[in-house]
Amino acid sequence: MTGTHRLEANGLTLGYRDRIVVEGLDLAVPPGRITAVVGANACGKSTLLRSMSRLLAPQSGQVLLDGRQIHSMPAKELARTLGLLPQSPLAPEGITVADLVGRGRHPHQRLLSRWRQEDDAAVAAALEATGTTELADRAIDELSGGQRQRVWIAMVLAQQTDLLLDEPTTFLDVNHQVEVLDLLTDLNRGRGTTIVMVLHDLNLAARYADHLVAMAAGRVHAAGAPGEVLTAGVVRTVFGLESRIVADPVSGRPLVLPIGRHHTEGADRAGEHGAAAGMRERDALQGGYARQPEERSSPGEPEA
Amino acid sequence: MNAVPAAPQGPASHGPVSHDPSASHGPAPHGPSASQGPAPGSAPGSSPVAARERGILAAPPELTGAVTHSRLRRGRRRRLVVLVLAALIAGVFLLTLMVGQTFYPLDQVVRVVLGEDVPGASFTVGRLRLPRAMLAVLAGACFGLGGVVFQTMLRNPLASPDIIGISSGASAAAAFAIIMLSMGGVQVSIVAIAGGLGVALAVYLLSFRGGLAGTRLILVGIGVAAMLDSVTAYVLSKAPQWELQEAMRWLTGSLNGAGYGTVMPVLVALAVLGPVLLSQSRALSLLRLGDDTAAALGVRTERTRILLIVAAVGLIAFATAATGPIAFVAFLSGPIAARIAGPAGSLLIPSALVGALLVLVADFAGQFLFGLRYPVGVVTGALGAPYLLYLIIRTNRTGGSL
Amino acid sequence: MRVLWLLLAAVLTALLGAASLVIGSREVPWTDVLAALQGSADNLNQAAVTKRIPRTVLALLAGAALGLAGAVMQGVTRNPLADPGILGVNMGASLAVAVGIAWFGMFSYTAFIWTAILGAAVTAVFVYAIGSLGRGGATPLKLALAGAATSAALVSFISAVVLPRADIAQSVRSWQIGGVGGAGFEGIGRMLPFLIAGAVICLLAARPLNSLALGDELAAGLGERVAVARAAAALGAVMLCGAVTAIAGPIGFVGLVVPHLCRLLIGVDHRWLLPFSALTGAALLTASDVAGRIIARPEELDVGIVTALVGAPFFIYIVRRQKVREL
Repeated sequence: MTGTHRLEANGLTLGYRDRIVVEGLDLAVPPGRITAVVGANACGKSTLLRSMSRLLAPQSGQVLLDGRQIHSMPAKELARTLGLLPQSPLAPEGITVADLVGRGRHPHQRLLSRWRQEDDAAVAAALEATGTTELADRAIDELSGGQRQRVWIAMVLAQQTDLLLDEPTTFLDVNHQVEVLDLLTDLNRGRGTTIVMVLHDLNLAARYADHLVAMAAGRVHAAGAPGEVLTAGVVRTVFGLESRIVADPVSGRPLVLPIGRHHTEGADRAGEHGAAAGMRERDALQGGYARQPEERSSPGEPEA
Repeated sequence: MNAVPAAPQGPASHGPVSHDPSASHGPAPHGPSASQGPAPGSAPGSSPVAARERGILAAPPELTGAVTHSRLRRGRRRRLVVLVLAALIAGVFLLTLMVGQTFYPLDQVVRVVLGEDVPGASFTVGRLRLPRAMLAVLAGACFGLGGVVFQTMLRNPLASPDIIGISSGASAAAAFAIIMLSMGGVQVSIVAIAGGLGVALAVYLLSFRGGLAGTRLILVGIGVAAMLDSVTAYVLSKAPQWELQEAMRWLTGSLNGAGYGTVMPVLVALAVLGPVLLSQSRALSLLRLGDDTAAALGVRTERTRILLIVAAVGLIAFATAATGPIAFVAFLSGPIAARIAGPAGSLLIPSALVGALLVLVADFAGQFLFGLRYPVGVVTGALGAPYLLYLIIRTNRTGGSL
Repeated sequence: MRVLWLLLAAVLTALLGAASLVIGSREVPWTDVLAALQGSADNLNQAAVTKRIPRTVLALLAGAALGLAGAVMQGVTRNPLADPGILGVNMGASLAVAVGIAWFGMFSYTAFIWTAILGAAVTAVFVYAIGSLGRGGATPLKLALAGAATSAALVSFISAVVLPRADIAQSVRSWQIGGVGGAGFEGIGRMLPFLIAGAVICLLAARPLNSLALGDELAAGLGERVAVARAAAALGAVMLCGAVTAIAGPIGFVGLVVPHLCRLLIGVDHRWLLPFSALTGAALLTASDVAGRIIARPEELDVGIVTALVGAPFFIYIVRRQKVREL
């Protein structure tokens, strides 16, 4: 069921009413791999993901799943092949983890059909895979941010599809970010699940993705293996940021070191700058690739 | 789950993988999850990582069993609640048939209900009390269903049709038809239903702006309701004294003068529209996860929403045409049902039953409890205030959301 | 510029006041109007005008009070949809008066006013408490819902109180629709001290309201005692609403529409906004009353109905204009 489907976009133009966000975009998602989409705020990453999961109809161009236009496929049929985790899903008050994960079985159920053994097995597998079996009978409201995110991933897992994830690490502490990305890697390596995710952190994207897509101004600026895509030139075009790329001592993948106005290459000594300069450097970093609040589509769940 | 593995699997999956084996794959502790230990039922001694790797491929049967078990347990509570509610309704139903200015014993009542001719009882029970009790149950069920559909769909327990103008539309139209156009009987029902549907459509269109937002729908509904309520109040102020009693029904709701002629349309509406709603119950529960999530799970959100609105508004309008807007039944049924049946599963049937029970009991109380005959809507309306208070207290204690 | 608008509003209000004396079911020439104003009631025309005088005064006063109260409520709750009608405050005053009449045999205007202010205050606190439950505090959506739900409950209570008392049904019913038609100078005189006190409190609150507009934390940072300022301003608004409701019944939407119009013309500085809202409110309510007399000739439409018919579409317009995230 997974790892064999081909998802691609041809000449895709997307927008909301008269505002064009993505224009003439071509993209092929490599099957069975992890693809990360990166880019500056408002470059159209989330819009692209929404369109690839049929939530947004293209103004022109098409999204093809195994050569079929997804916007003319029956909703449930598509949902049996492709799952999406939006940025801030809503959890009904008081719902238990197992119940929520069970909702992911919807595309596999017919009108008025009964719950089957198969559905329970899928839920159990999803809980086990995300390490949330212990939490099955707890209410969502009681969980921490990291646990909650794992439960939501379990829900899309129960769907047993390839996965599109819109910023799955948002609102999480760094340890939970790594935990979630590890889990997705487990799924990819273990099941061959194709994964497409929007990520904000360039370095995490470079480390976890097999295929990196850098977007700028509604187009794909560069795509390929992280080592090829992530160059100082690309970072300059996509984020408007000077940077130096080194090899990540942990993974060997590229690691982006931003260069602010106060730390020019080579002349950089920590002791030379006062606290204020350090502050400004941090600001520059955040301007570079921390997310800006106004891009969030809704206030979302405050992290517990 | 016919996985096509991209890499050999092992307890820890850094094998000779073509892509870079991420260091984070090592047996290092996986954040808090590592401390949770193996799941109950997983083989002793297996590390959490190993258990998880196995879960990626297929769940061990004992885990599936646990999931099944806990799902059945949650379902059992809901079934029990439904049964108890149904039994209570049946009990109160019979009670209202027996008790009144004259008391009829149970056996006579049952014989009347079965169609036998019992002198005395046949008229009082068969012609007066039975249609009234039937209307109470049916209208209550309609209000309960319509209310919970709106509350669930708009994700707000305060957003029930009686607050956001649907009932106001039906009652303003009915009051206008009675007093200004001197209509009666079936005509009034038709006007009321048209009014309810028309107002719902207007609210929907007025709140549609590049997509539908629940919040906007609620607020537009409140504005429309305020306008309609003042129309109703004006029309009533023009009513001659002898029509006032009849017209007052359209302000508070009442079961007075119920006959089989008023019962039938509500019965038909419930029989037709009820199943439509039930068929959408799964989609409705998915809409609660947010539109994007629901759509990604294969729900056609826009179509589902329109279907739900039309069916729920239909139920509300038919019931309102028969009884007037019985205050707060639509508002209260859903939250009460959620409280007693638990959050698992669909709330549609429990809410319908709670609504029916509410109207039945409130009408009984209104007739006999206070020494003076109150219309049922006044009794249920007075229940609204304590419920709002309860909401304050509960949310203050749990810090939950509204 | 702002002075100009203020003058314009004053002139408009005066003109509308005059129109309210002239227009009615009976056509009256100007000479008779002037004569009536000087206290003469020699012919039918002059008598008709004499009857219109208290009505006009009440419309002007009530409109000013409601416009001012609306502006203050929107400031206190930082909420564009706050209005004594939408928030159910007027209905609370109505219920209190109905209870007073039915259970305690209340009949004096002063008693009505005190009871109404008490009812309005209790309801305001209640609705605000419900509306600020849960995540995100008192959003416009939650406040409006809480107000609507509370109003509905209060209406049921009014029915329950009035139903057993056929004798008072008629007089209480006039407290369910707002109108200025039955006004007399005695009621107005009793209402006036409360209006003046409420208006003074509200106008004094202008500067604190400007600080509150920046958010509670920033206002505290600017040295404002947030809780005190908010409570005082709310008290002033409640006094205005309660007193008006006691005499004229619940009149909705004036307090909603007026501040919005005024903000468009004169900006968000409460020191200007509050007096301007009072003037514009007087103009709007008088205009609605006159319109109610013209539309339904030879009968009259109560002013509370006219304001609802005008105000509800405006409410919907404001809702449509807001971004969803801000609701």
